[in-house]
Amino acid sequence: MSEVEIQIGGLGGQGVILAGMVIGRGLVLYDGYHVSLTQSFGPEARGSACSAQLVVSREPVLYPYVTNPHILVTLSQEAYRRFVPSLRPGGTLIVEADLVQAVPLPDAVALYRVPATRLAEALGRRLVMNMVLVGFFTAVIGLPHPDSVRRAIRDSVPTGTEALNLAAFEQGYNFGLKQLAGKSEADILH
Amino acid sequence: MKADPRGVLSGVHFLDGDQACAEGALAAGCRFAAGYPITPSTEIVERFAQRVPLLGGMFLQMEDELAASIAIQGAVWAGAKAFTVTSGPGFSLMMEHIGYAAMTETPCVIVDVQRGGPSTGLPTLPAQADMQQARWGSHGDYELIALAPNSPQECFDLTIEAFNLAERYRTPVLLMMDEIVGHMTERVEIPPAEQIELVPRRYTTKPPAEYQPFAPEADLVPAMVRAGQGYRFHITGLTHDERGYPTTSVAAHDRLVRRLVAKIRNHAAQLTRVEEHFLEDAEVIVLAYGITSRVALRAVQMARARGIAAGLLRPILIWPFLEARLRQLARRPGLSGILVAEINLGQIVREVERCVGAQVPVQLAGHAGGSVHHPQELFEAIVQMAHAVEIER
Amino acid sequence: MSTQQSLPPNPVETLLRTDRMPHIWCPGCGIGTTMNCFARALQQARLDLDKVVIVSGIGCTGRVAGYAHLDSFHTTHGRAIPFATGLKLANPELTVVVYSGDGDLIAIGGNHFIHAARRNVDLKVICVNNFIYGMTGGQVGPTTPATALTSTTPYGCPEQPFNLPHLAESAGAVYVARWTAYHVRQITHSMVEMFRKSGFCFLEILSPCPTLYQRRNRLGDGLEAMKYYKEASVTRHGAPTKEVALSFQGPIVVGKFVDVERPTYLELLNQQLARALEAQYTGCIEEHVRG
Repeated sequence: MSEVEIQIGGLGGQGVILAGMVIGRGLVLYDGYHVSLTQSFGPEARGSACSAQLVVSREPVLYPYVTNPHILVTLSQEAYRRFVPSLRPGGTLIVEADLVQAVPLPDAVALYRVPATRLAEALGRRLVMNMVLVGFFTAVIGLPHPDSVRRAIRDSVPTGTEALNLAAFEQGYNFGLKQLAGKSEADILH
Repeated sequence: MKADPRGVLSGVHFLDGDQACAEGALAAGCRFAAGYPITPSTEIVERFAQRVPLLGGMFLQMEDELAASIAIQGAVWAGAKAFTVTSGPGFSLMMEHIGYAAMTETPCVIVDVQRGGPSTGLPTLPAQADMQQARWGSHGDYELIALAPNSPQECFDLTIEAFNLAERYRTPVLLMMDEIVGHMTERVEIPPAEQIELVPRRYTTKPPAEYQPFAPEADLVPAMVRAGQGYRFHITGLTHDERGYPTTSVAAHDRLVRRLVAKIRNHAAQLTRVEEHFLEDAEVIVLAYGITSRVALRAVQMARARGIAAGLLRPILIWPFLEARLRQLARRPGLSGILVAEINLGQIVREVERCVGAQVPVQLAGHAGGSVHHPQELFEAIVQMAHAVEIER
Repeated sequence: MSTQQSLPPNPVETLLRTDRMPHIWCPGCGIGTTMNCFARALQQARLDLDKVVIVSGIGCTGRVAGYAHLDSFHTTHGRAIPFATGLKLANPELTVVVYSGDGDLIAIGGNHFIHAARRNVDLKVICVNNFIYGMTGGQVGPTTPATALTSTTPYGCPEQPFNLPHLAESAGAVYVARWTAYHVRQITHSMVEMFRKSGFCFLEILSPCPTLYQRRNRLGDGLEAMKYYKEASVTRHGAPTKEVALSFQGPIVVGKFVDVERPTYLELLNQQLARALEAQYTGCIEEHVRG
């Protein structure tokens, strides 16, 4: 592998940047990759379109921007609309099942849908939707190593919220594993 | 002198350049910062403000950048190591106090996380368009030192270097970051404290009766004192003699300003910090610094992959400029030209032109800011420069 | 010459850089008078003079730092207060005096003045107010009385000046007094009180500028100014500061207007950090900051 470009897009307040941070930290600190994480925001503090972009490589990253992501995660319809055209042919698309309708869907992409908000609500805190998503990402992409992510979550989240965030990760991770095993969303949720 | 382990967060981290800069300052023994919030530099002092009270220091948020850039100098004369951070508009406001620090030989560090300008410009997007302002922005003749990191790791390393150079030469040192290195998050390795070498302040060993605040030592740098030690010294931004007393003597002015310039210029060789790739046989040299140097290296690799002998010359220390090394490279037979890649419409390229004269063609690959060059764009510029020469031949 | 040799030494001479005399101030100027008071106040207060630092900005009064035989800093125009703030906070054992003019402290430095007062930084701020920019040749300033003539208001000043004691009190100063260059004993006494008090202390001293302000407004020489100060001054300790505004050759209310207690910036910072960080907090500034 040379470089893998990952983009996570959503709305300010959804925890998009923290999700990118956890994935990046897991890859860098515990899996030995080089990662450049950049962020982009609108000027609003909440509710603007924002995205986290990671360039992942075994070599030092020279160009830090994502231009054609191999992996695109979208948590809002607006992010889907904006970022889907740049997704690389043959790339992987992960969408929040209830917030994003994956249309129009580009040809030749692998699509995964995760009801991250519902899974987070099942834990009692909608706020940890981002960690559900990170768990799902870890399962379906196969990176970072799940233990690396668990450690990165402990490093990254506010003190006192570790258990909740880890539980959210496990929810998403298990959901992802089951989806990979060929079960439908309805099967997994019931 | 080794770093105080209490300030050093040894280990491997995933940090952005702003955070890494704050850690660098703490590792360098800086315990005083003053600042005024401005994007994209604010995260530096936010982290500093969080960490420094646990280390017996303080962050002071001032009413503007004029205040911040002079408050740190007050703290320095009380004995502290101190820094301030800012971006474009604030950097403009700090110019007078860069001059004051140069004139009074006050060691301090000023970080400019460059964003698009002029004026308010592009607060959240990068540029490298303060590079000549860094060199010439304050009025009058002076020299100073400026460094340009290209990664969060270097934001840590070069912040320590900036403090060390400030103490070594008693000069303001500028750390010319940009929005991308400031906000990008990468692996940052912070070494154990015992591996971090710090330059202590050069305090005089003379008793008050024999001490002259501006009598230089052999390297043209005078030894310092701090307030409250019984020296009863005087510091002024006016032209002053060796006693520190104001004077309007033309001879004294000439002596002072020449020394302020010479104490840096005479050490230009020791002050060269450079990264070089594939220069041995390079026909096209790309000169780039800061974030642009990384993209330029990618473009150079692309050119090499297509059989074009391109190389990268990256000044890490920008001011004083790497004049000697550049002249040496320019004299080399087989060199077709120098391509200067920078996020502005022509700043460091002027310095390159000045150094190499008509010896080799010099060309700018610049843009007005808001983004970094795309490697493809620089690759094409390299190809063009290589081909232009082919055609002439 | 022999008679000169037998004169007793000037009692404040040890506090002056005699090797820098003669000074640059004009005959009849009041700045030197205030500096004499300052030297006497330092002696009366019995401070360790090695721990007293004087900081000035730019202007005629800004030159005081250059003549005081103390650790002394002549900084940039308007920025004496933020420089002094850094100095004081990085070494709290210093007594830090800011000594400057009205234009320096209140026009170009006005923002720093109000913020330092608001924070209650422990600074002793002495403002020599001569109603005009002296060093640059007599231009209108933030304290020039309405109708007064200056080189840039040749038809009379249309502006309302700042009432400095009111400004200082409103911004948070814990000690505010005003005297004129005529009131040498009172000035000295106020300075001693300031040295003994912690927090942002402010002393305004009205002072003649015979060369520019007096001459242009046909007010006579320095002596005439002293007569005016003597006749027009009314001492009203504790007067509400909003009632002490000055007008062109009008009455001058002098006295100590404000003397209150309020924790300093450093005390508040220490309290706040100790409360927030509990045992992790081992105290701020002191030796840790200084190399």
